[in-house]
Amino acid sequence: MKILIVGGGMGGTILGNNLARRLAPEMRAGKVQLKMLSASDKHMYQPGLLYLALGRMTPDELYRDQVSLLEPGIDFEVDPVVSFELDHNQVKTKSGKTHGYDILVIATGSRPVPEMIPGLAENAETFYTEETALKMFKRLQAFQGGRVVIAVGVPHKCPMAPLEITFMLHDYFKDRGIRDKVELHYTYPVGRVHSLENVAKWAAPEFDRLGITYETLFNMKEVDGANKVVKTEEGSEAKYDLLITIPAHKGMEVIESNKLGAGGFIPTDKTKLTMEGRTNVYVIGDTTNIPISKAGSTVHYQVETLGENLAAIVKLGSPVREHDGKVFCFIECGKDRATYATFNYTVPPDPKPPTRAVHWFKMAYNKLYWTSARGLL
Amino acid sequence: MAERIVVDARGSFCPGPLMELIARLKFAAVGEEIEVLSTDKGSAADIPEWLRKVGHELLDTREEAGVWHIALRKSK
Ligand SMILES: Cc1cc2nc3c(=O)[nH]c(=O)nc-3n(C[C@H](O)[C@H](O)[C@H](O)COP(=O)(O)OP(=O)(O)OC[C@H]3O[C@@H](n4cnc5c(N)ncnc54)[C@H](O)[C@@H]3O)c2cc1C
Repeated sequence: MKILIVGGGMGGTILGNNLARRLAPEMRAGKVQLKMLSASDKHMYQPGLLYLALGRMTPDELYRDQVSLLEPGIDFEVDPVVSFELDHNQVKTKSGKTHGYDILVIATGSRPVPEMIPGLAENAETFYTEETALKMFKRLQAFQGGRVVIAVGVPHKCPMAPLEITFMLHDYFKDRGIRDKVELHYTYPVGRVHSLENVAKWAAPEFDRLGITYETLFNMKEVDGANKVVKTEEGSEAKYDLLITIPAHKGMEVIESNKLGAGGFIPTDKTKLTMEGRTNVYVIGDTTNIPISKAGSTVHYQVETLGENLAAIVKLGSPVREHDGKVFCFIECGKDRATYATFNYTVPPDPKPPTRAVHWFKMAYNKLYWTSARGLL
Repeated sequence: MAERIVVDARGSFCPGPLMELIARLKFAAVGEEIEVLSTDKGSAADIPEWLRKVGHELLDTREEAGVWHIALRKSK
């Protein structure tokens, strides 16, 4: 049996290692081949970008060689897929090769597209790529005071990022002794300060306590850079001196160009993790259209289910369980305190007050991630 | 007529039905109809309020066996 994983990011890597362990005997016996195609020979720890933008991590800490993270036995190639020929159980790559499969897993992730909002890419700072995070870091260093507006596009990966960057900016300016010269204004697309009701209930009074103002039902329509104003779909406007954005995301272009899903997000069964209408194509992580947080922890738990199911298909002939939609997200509440939210498709989260201990756990996880990607944690 | 786009946000705590709708609207054409399915009672009020504010047309809201169906047309 040929299992092909497209994408060597968080989801693809953890799944590849999970399967290589579960199916080691079958792989040794030549009954199962595990192939991974990706677009890069480097693996980036994306959550580190938040810290990079604030000068608390350096670029080299974000990367490992992809090969160093993979179990032996996984046939890894950097050769991005350009076409998905699902009716023929094959994909074609940039180099012109064709790869057939019995089971295909798509884990190509998502990408920020600030260009969707006129004026946003040119006038806002963001931290969703290495380049933009470094630019934001320099801009923050030069900033001496004024109105900072945080504006959030939809959909975006890492649902906690809007809150985290705001709390962390509060501490950043405080540490530089200029918090009193900075007005921090947080905005959010829906009618409360976070999509999770219990997180919103906790964060709004926290903003009040820290003197952070906020505005909801705020969906960017355009940015007027000359006058330094963000205009919204709802008709409101916000003046800024420094605009920080969590931009809207799309799936990868290859998903759109192959017409696998609107906006590059593939219609996916939320409990089976199969692509709608296909029985041998699975989709995990940011590129699904499942109404769940686009987060590393989401895909981590999806992999636990899918790894078990794919191994069971090989060993027993059928999957053994349905996915429950578990997510666990840390929430950094400044430079030295954090909390977390854990929930699934049926149970909402109930975040506890932030503590130093949870913050240090997150700092440890930033290092432990490499163990997690290797499938050991 | 083109089929209605269904945004199945049942059981979605994060990002939740309204955020799912805002995301899907970006990739829909003007005139297309969308039906949001939600198990969150709050969305039955939030979504129509947001549609009014932004100027998309609310077609119908109904509840069936604990699931809210909110239908709308992308107007601009
Ligand atoms: C600033 C920031 C902070 C974050 N913070 C957190 C956090 O605190 N907690 C959390 O849980 N999550 C966080 N995330 C989100 C998390 O990083 C993503 O949700 C996660 O990486 C998604 O995994 P994925 O496997 O779906 O996609 P990715 O990890 O993005 O991997 C996609 C892979 O697909 C490959 N690829 C792309 N195109 C092709 C192609 N055509 N052919 C083959 N391969 C291709 C890429 O090279 C890449 O290897 C954060 C993200 C950012 C940007």
